[in-house]
Amino acid sequence: MRFLTVSGPPSSGKTSVILRVIEALQARQRKIGVVKFDCLLTEDDQLYAKKGVLVKKGLSGALCPDHYFVSNIEACVSWGHENDCEYLISESAGLCNRCSPHINEITAVCVIDNLSGINTPRKIGPMLKSADIVVITKGDIVSQAEREVFASRVKQVNPGAIIMNINGITGQGAFELTSLFEDASDIETLKGKTLRFSMPSALCSYCLGETRIGEEYQTGNIRKMDI
Amino acid sequence: MNYYDLLPRPLSELLEEHPYIVDFLSSFGLEVEAGPTTLQGYLENLDLDLLEDLGVGAEQLQQSLHDFINGMLALDDPLDKVNSLTLIGGFDKSGTAENLELTLKPGEIICIVGPTGSGKSRLLADIEWVAQGDTPTGRKILINGEVPDSKWRFSTEHKLVAQLSQNMNFVMDLSAEEFVRMHAESRLVTEPEKKVEMILKQANELAGETFLPDTPVTSLSGGQSRALMIADMACLSKSPIVLIDEIENAGIDRKKALDLLMREEKIVLMATHDPILALMGDKRLVIKNGGIARIIEASDAERKNLIALEELDNQLLALRNRIRSGETLENI
Ligand SMILES: Nc1nc2c(ncn2[C@@H]2O[C@H](COP(=O)(O)OP(=O)(O)OP(=O)(O)O)[C@@H](O)[C@H]2O)c(=O)[nH]1
Ligand SMILES: Nc1ncnc2c1ncn2[C@@H]1O[C@H](COP(=O)(O)OP(=O)(O)OP(=O)(O)O)[C@@H](O)[C@H]1O
Ligand SMILES: [Mg+2]
Ligand SMILES: [Mg+2]
Ligand SMILES: [Zn+2]
Ligand SMILES: [Zn+2]
Repeated sequence: MRFLTVSGPPSSGKTSVILRVIEALQARQRKIGVVKFDCLLTEDDQLYAKKGVLVKKGLSGALCPDHYFVSNIEACVSWGHENDCEYLISESAGLCNRCSPHINEITAVCVIDNLSGINTPRKIGPMLKSADIVVITKGDIVSQAEREVFASRVKQVNPGAIIMNINGITGQGAFELTSLFEDASDIETLKGKTLRFSMPSALCSYCLGETRIGEEYQTGNIRKMDI
Repeated sequence: MNYYDLLPRPLSELLEEHPYIVDFLSSFGLEVEAGPTTLQGYLENLDLDLLEDLGVGAEQLQQSLHDFINGMLALDDPLDKVNSLTLIGGFDKSGTAENLELTLKPGEIICIVGPTGSGKSRLLADIEWVAQGDTPTGRKILINGEVPDSKWRFSTEHKLVAQLSQNMNFVMDLSAEEFVRMHAESRLVTEPEKKVEMILKQANELAGETFLPDTPVTSLSGGQSRALMIADMACLSKSPIVLIDEIENAGIDRKKALDLLMREEKIVLMATHDPILALMGDKRLVIKNGGIARIIEASDAERKNLIALEELDNQLLALRNRIRSGETLENI
C-alpha cells in the first residue's frame, strides 16, 4: 500500500487536490482510502465518500490535531491494509504552523495557495519546509508572474521540494501530480518510523485545562516575552 | 562552483557576493552578520534550541541551504540549446490515433485553434509537461530529437517552457516596481535595477494607457497588467519555448507584443481565436475532439489578407481611441 501525508493551512485546497488525484487514480482502477484529521468539524469525509473511496475521519477536539494524528495514524495504516487499499492518503489541516504530520520515508505533500500572501511560506514551519512535494493551488486567480514570484518564495524555504501548480477546481496539473503519487513508497506498517520533526512541547497548566489568568496559575513549560 | 566551495569562505566575502544567502536565512527566521566567521562555522554554531523554536533541524537547514545555493548557482550555467521540438501524436477523445509527427524550430510561431473544450490548453499542457505518453492524450514530446531529461519537468531554474496564461489578476500587495524587482531577484539577473526599469518602460509602450512604477499591481487595468507580464517575460525569461493561452481581447499592441517575445529565437505556440494573431503564425494546428485534426500552413493569399486585416484593425483601434477621448462617431 502506498501511503502519503497531505497537509496544509485551512482552506488551501487539500481536499480539492486530493479529489482530483483520486479521479485520476480511479481511472487507473486503483483502490483508495482517505483519512481526514481535523479539529472541530469537517465535511470533507462526505466529499470523499461521494467519490466511492473508503473514508475514516478523526476529530481531535481539545487536542492539537497533529498530536492526535501521530497517536492514531499507525492504526489508520493498518485499517487501510486490512481493506486492501492500494493507496492511503491522509489529509490534515495544519492549524498551529509548528506541528507537522510528515513522517520520514513517507511521501509528504504540502498544499498552499497563491492567495495566502507572499510571507506565508516563511511563516509555515516543518509542514511546508520538510515536504517532498509542494502543491500550489488557486493559480487561476492570479497572473503567471505572480504565480512565479509566489513559487520562488516557496522554493526559498524548501529548495529541495518538487513544486507544482495545480488547479483544485478544474484539476489542471492533477494528472501530473498523480504520476508522483504512483512513485510513493510502498509500506506495510508505520512501526519504527519517525516524525520528520518533533512537535512542540505543550505542557503548561493551560494545556491541562487551566483558564484563570495570573502568575500563580502558570506552571510547567512557561516562557515569557521580553517587554 | 558549488555549495561545498562556499562553506570555508568567510561571511564577510560571501554575503557580499551572494546576498541571497541573507534572504534565505531570514526566511527561516535566522540572522547573519558579515564577519570573519566562515559559512561552515556559522552553521555549526547555530543554537539548537533556537532552531527547534524556529521549526527546523540543523541537518535539514544545511540540506536546504545546499539545495538553494546550488539552484542559485545553476542559474548561471549556460542553458542547453533547444534546436527542435517534436510532437508525436497520441489519441483524440474518442481514442482515434492522431498519426502525426511534427517538428518545430526556433523562430517559428504555431497557432492552435479550435472550439471551446476541444483540447487547446491540453496540448499546451502536454508540451509544458514534456509528456511521454503519460497524459490523457498519449502524446510524446521530443527535444532535439530525443526523449529529454526529466529534470525539465520540475526545474525552476532552467524552465523549458515559459507560459503566458489568460489570467492577469494580482493579489499581492506590491507596487509594479516592487513586484518586478522581486521577480527579477528570484531569477538572479545581473543588474536587476536596469532590468526593472526596462520592463516598466516596455510595458508602458505596449499598454494603451501608461502607469507609474509605484502603481499597486492590484490596480493595474487588464491591458496594463497584460503588458507588464509580456514585458516581464520578454526580459526575464530564458526559456526557449513560449506558450501563450489566448492573448487577445486585452488592450495591448499585439504585434509589438509578439515581436518583443520573439526578439530572441524561440519556439512560440499560441492558442488563439484572433484572426490577426492566427495569420501571423507559420502554421495552424486545428484541434477537434481533443486531437490535432489538421495542420494549415499559412499561404501567400492569407499573408496578403493579413495586411488588409491589420488595416481593418487599425481603423477599429482609431475608432476606439476616438470613443475613449470623448468624440462622437457620426463620421467614420
Ligand atoms: N479558484 C480556485 N479555487 C480553489 C482551488 N482549489 C481549491 N479551491 C477552492 O478553495 C476552497 C477550499 O478548498 P478545500 O479543498 O476545501 O480546502 P482544504 O484545504 O481541504 O480545506 P480544509 O480541509 O477545510 O482545511 C473551496 O471552495 C475550493 O473550491 C483552485 O485551484 N482555484
Ligand atoms: N486527446 C484527449 N483525450 C482525453 N481528454 C482530452 C484530450 N484532449 C483534451 N482533453 C480534455 O478535454 C478537456 C477540455 O480541453 P481544454 O481545456 O484543453 O480545451 P480548450 O480548447 O483549451 O478550451 P477553451 O477554448 O474553453 O479554453 C480537458 O479536461 C482535457 O484534459
Ligand atoms: Mg479539506
Ligand atoms: Mg483553454
Ligand atoms: Zn500543534
Ligand atoms: Zn500549554
